[in-house]
Amino acid sequence: MNTDRHAIVRVIGVRKTFTMGKVEVEALKGVDLEIFAGEYISIMGPSGSGKSTLFNMIGGLDKPSDGKVFIDEVDISQLDAYELAWLRNRKIGYIFQTFNLIPVMTALENVTLPMTFAGMNEDEARDKGMELLELVGLAKRHHHKPLELSGGQQQRVAIARSLANDPAIILADEPTGNLDLTTGEEAIELLRSLSQDRGVTIISATHDYKMLNVSDRVVWIRDGMVDRVEKREELDISVGGIGETAGAEA
Amino acid sequence: MEKRVFGPEGKGGVRRAIVLPWSKSLEISFKSLRVRFFRSMITVSSLVLAVSFLSFVLSSLNVAEGVLASGGADAAKRLLDAGYDVQVDAGTVAMTPKERWIVFLSMLVCAVGIVNAQLMSVTERFREIGVMKCLGALDAMVLRLFLLEAAMQGLAGSLAGALLGALFASLTGWIRFGWDALAFMPASGFALSVAISVGGGLMLSLAGVLYPAVVAARMRPINAIRAEH
Ligand SMILES: Nc1ncnc2c1ncn2[C@@H]1O[C@H](COP(=O)(O)OP(=O)(O)OP(=O)(O)O)[C@@H](O)[C@H]1O
Ligand SMILES: [Mg+2]
Repeated sequence: MNTDRHAIVRVIGVRKTFTMGKVEVEALKGVDLEIFAGEYISIMGPSGSGKSTLFNMIGGLDKPSDGKVFIDEVDISQLDAYELAWLRNRKIGYIFQTFNLIPVMTALENVTLPMTFAGMNEDEARDKGMELLELVGLAKRHHHKPLELSGGQQQRVAIARSLANDPAIILADEPTGNLDLTTGEEAIELLRSLSQDRGVTIISATHDYKMLNVSDRVVWIRDGMVDRVEKREELDISVGGIGETAGAEA
Repeated sequence: MEKRVFGPEGKGGVRRAIVLPWSKSLEISFKSLRVRFFRSMITVSSLVLAVSFLSFVLSSLNVAEGVLASGGADAAKRLLDAGYDVQVDAGTVAMTPKERWIVFLSMLVCAVGIVNAQLMSVTERFREIGVMKCLGALDAMVLRLFLLEAAMQGLAGSLAGALLGALFASLTGWIRFGWDALAFMPASGFALSVAISVGGGLMLSLAGVLYPAVVAARMRPINAIRAEH
């Protein structure tokens, strides 16, 4: 990884404090992180370590109590409502752990909604939506509502939706958290191919060690702070047994 | 090959292009109502009742005017005896203060009911709204979707209510005063009563959704996304 690569995400001294009544919880205690364009980053850490919180900061879904997040060197706290909406709509694809599909819409409608917001006409959107559903292997189920699909299928619809407007960054919060082994591997493979073939930057919070094999770097978070950052090469050694298949991947 | 966010021009390259065409808004609102048909029916039913009462009172006055036109002084006495507020010279019949008060109260109760039902609908759809906002929906779009839904509910409910009330007023008029009351009834006045009722119901529906819709539009997506954890 050469150092002159473009930093697509730059997190500088980000803190986040939640106040619940009189109790203050410091979820992030000063995180610094640089993510380069086209990278596949996994954020690992125990439950409650602040992964989702960091994820929300990077995605512009929440504001840091202190510190700054830059996307393409633009401070996202300076964006107005339109620019933020544009960012969420066109440039960042979100995959949530709980899928967050819209229950009253069919799979296809869920996938095409961001395209509609982006001003794409209906026919084009339908074609592209079907293409994306095809990509995740669900073209035949396009008229089903989320509740008529299995967890894994819903997650695949969510992945298709995240790709709707060809985002530059995909933020995935535990994308395999609700999937079984096989579908989990399929989802990971899909994300990997996106990062490799399309140059999409993938940032994924995860508990899933399968993810490590495909990540360029792994950011270990502990207690609201970055514990260490490892490149894949180093990982093979440190994770050892768990990274068995890494050799085949690399 | 790397994808950039803002491109080489930086933030200047951001086009302010988040849209939701009217046709699509209508489609989404309509589907949303259809999916939650039962809940929509409950919201609408209180409106139907209030509007049909308004329409009943207004068109009963038209019927009474019909009686007045058909029977002259004798009819005026009958109407006065029946408790109507008759202006014999002008040939018109007005609402009694008591009727006015009851109509006002029924509209008020209905408005409160609509606010309540719509607030519940917003709470129910918290997550859905949050997801839309995560996908780029602007506050104004969320507001528009709720207003459109309320307009559709308002229009359907008011139409049903107004026709129901007018029909009922005609029916009671016919039973009480005979066929002449309807035959001599001023048609334009009757149409106006129905129109006023429809318009009033629509306004009521829109007024009732205003606050809930603003709550929905202002909601921060992060709260909705987190809601389940
Ligand atoms: N909105 C909030 N209000 C109060 N506390 C919060 C809020 N969001 C997060 N926290 C707290 O911040 C800490 C970090 O939470 P976060 O959701 O980021 O953890 P996580 O690493 O994503 O955990 P998991 O792996 O279980 O998803 C936790 O202690 C949590 O209780
Ligand atoms: Mg989390």
